[in-house]
Amino acid sequence: MARTPAELVGAQPGPPFRITFDGRPVTALPGQSVAAALWGAGILAWRTTRVGGRPRGAFCGIGQCYDCLATINGEPNRRACLVPARPGDAITTQEGHGRAALGV
Amino acid sequence: MLTRNSADVIVVGAGVVGAACAYYAARSGLRVAVLDRGSVAGGTTGAGEGNLLVSDKEPGPELELSKVSAELWRKLSEELPPDIEYEPKGGLVVASDEAGMAALRDFASGQRRAGVTAQEVPADRLRELEPHLAAGLAGGFHYPQDAQVMPALAAAHLLRAGGDRVRLRLGEEVTGLLTGASGEIRGVRTAVGELHAPYVVNAAGTWGGEIARLAHVALPVRPRRGFVLVTEPLPRVVRRKVYAADYVADVASGSAALQTSAVVEGTPAGPVLIGASRERVGYDRTLSPEALRRLAAQATALFPVLAGIRAMRTYIGFRPYLPDHLPAIGPDPRVPGLLHACGHEGAGIGLAPATGLAIARSLTGGEPPLDIAPFRPERFSPAA
Repeated sequence: MARTPAELVGAQPGPPFRITFDGRPVTALPGQSVAAALWGAGILAWRTTRVGGRPRGAFCGIGQCYDCLATINGEPNRRACLVPARPGDAITTQEGHGRAALGV
Repeated sequence: MLTRNSADVIVVGAGVVGAACAYYAARSGLRVAVLDRGSVAGGTTGAGEGNLLVSDKEPGPELELSKVSAELWRKLSEELPPDIEYEPKGGLVVASDEAGMAALRDFASGQRRAGVTAQEVPADRLRELEPHLAAGLAGGFHYPQDAQVMPALAAAHLLRAGGDRVRLRLGEEVTGLLTGASGEIRGVRTAVGELHAPYVVNAAGTWGGEIARLAHVALPVRPRRGFVLVTEPLPRVVRRKVYAADYVADVASGSAALQTSAVVEGTPAGPVLIGASRERVGYDRTLSPEALRRLAAQATALFPVLAGIRAMRTYIGFRPYLPDHLPAIGPDPRVPGLLHACGHEGAGIGLAPATGLAIARSLTGGEPPLDIAPFRPERFSPAA
């Protein structure tokens, strides 16, 4: 069985809670970033590129590359690797710039 | 005959004006060496928004130059690759109150007499043109001749389109001018060596005064700093060049103090660009939170939707201005063989083609595309 980072450091996190990804329930632990919670659930992509529609997820994981942008609770362009997961957060796949509704 | 060290003409400056000079000179059969101490579009060109505006110009020599240029840009858009992002999108100037609207009406009627198309847009029709505009504006004027390019790519493609006749030498600073027995231009000296040509075109933009100084003539080009705010990528939320009526007054002002008036436009890449600040602080590149704060506030006053949008970054540039706000274009009678094509202030992208064509015609003895006497470079000399 694979050893998890939590096991390696002997972490004793608080009770898990629910967030959703595109409507599906995902379990997150207190202190996890949104990206970590999604990865923990085996979800690797939560954005499509603007031009080619290619999948994107966490790359650098430290807030520098902006690849992990996601729409969180309706707000696009949040860096999933920096935003702490909170109970009830609704993460949705961000299509391109995530602002299509503003187009005229 | 072009050897490694000679050309028919040397253009100093690989910004959009130098590129346009090189393009039209090459098209006239001349062999051109373009030198720049930095990179292509590494100075003011790369720090611009790509405005090709007739709307902000009062009747006079600069408007004439911009009208000729607007037509040349239209032709260039067919000759250069689509990468230059030429967009004949038109401009919309808006007024916040009736006094501003009256001033715009007055300004537009003068422009119409000079051949500019300017259509009054009543307040209740502004949102047909720009659905995201703020409520409560007094009205505006639509200028269908305004357009936009991506300035750095436009400069690069102009240079490339010059073909084999244009040779580019980047990272090579001109340190002196070579002159003959009677003071005529024979070439330039650089850190690398000497380059020979009977003509040198000073297209060094904001730094044009330094090239003039190497020729022992005065050309009082000075920097006027400007910031541009860049938003996160968006769909098309702003269709045209949209700006507030005070912009025209700010452009024409001689004040050294910080002036800001929102100029807002979308780009094919997605980000919305927000200009334009103006201040005379030399070549100080320090970030000015006050300038950025004002730009953001004025832009969101015009387009409230922008209040919920992030600004990702800002960039800074120095507009080359001369005391009368007109560029210096043409041969310098004080130094045979020296020509100037600089000092276009914030309008250099728009004015580049007519400037380049005028320089090329001057080099080949052809008819200039318009009267360039108002731009004569020696006009600031006491003797002139």
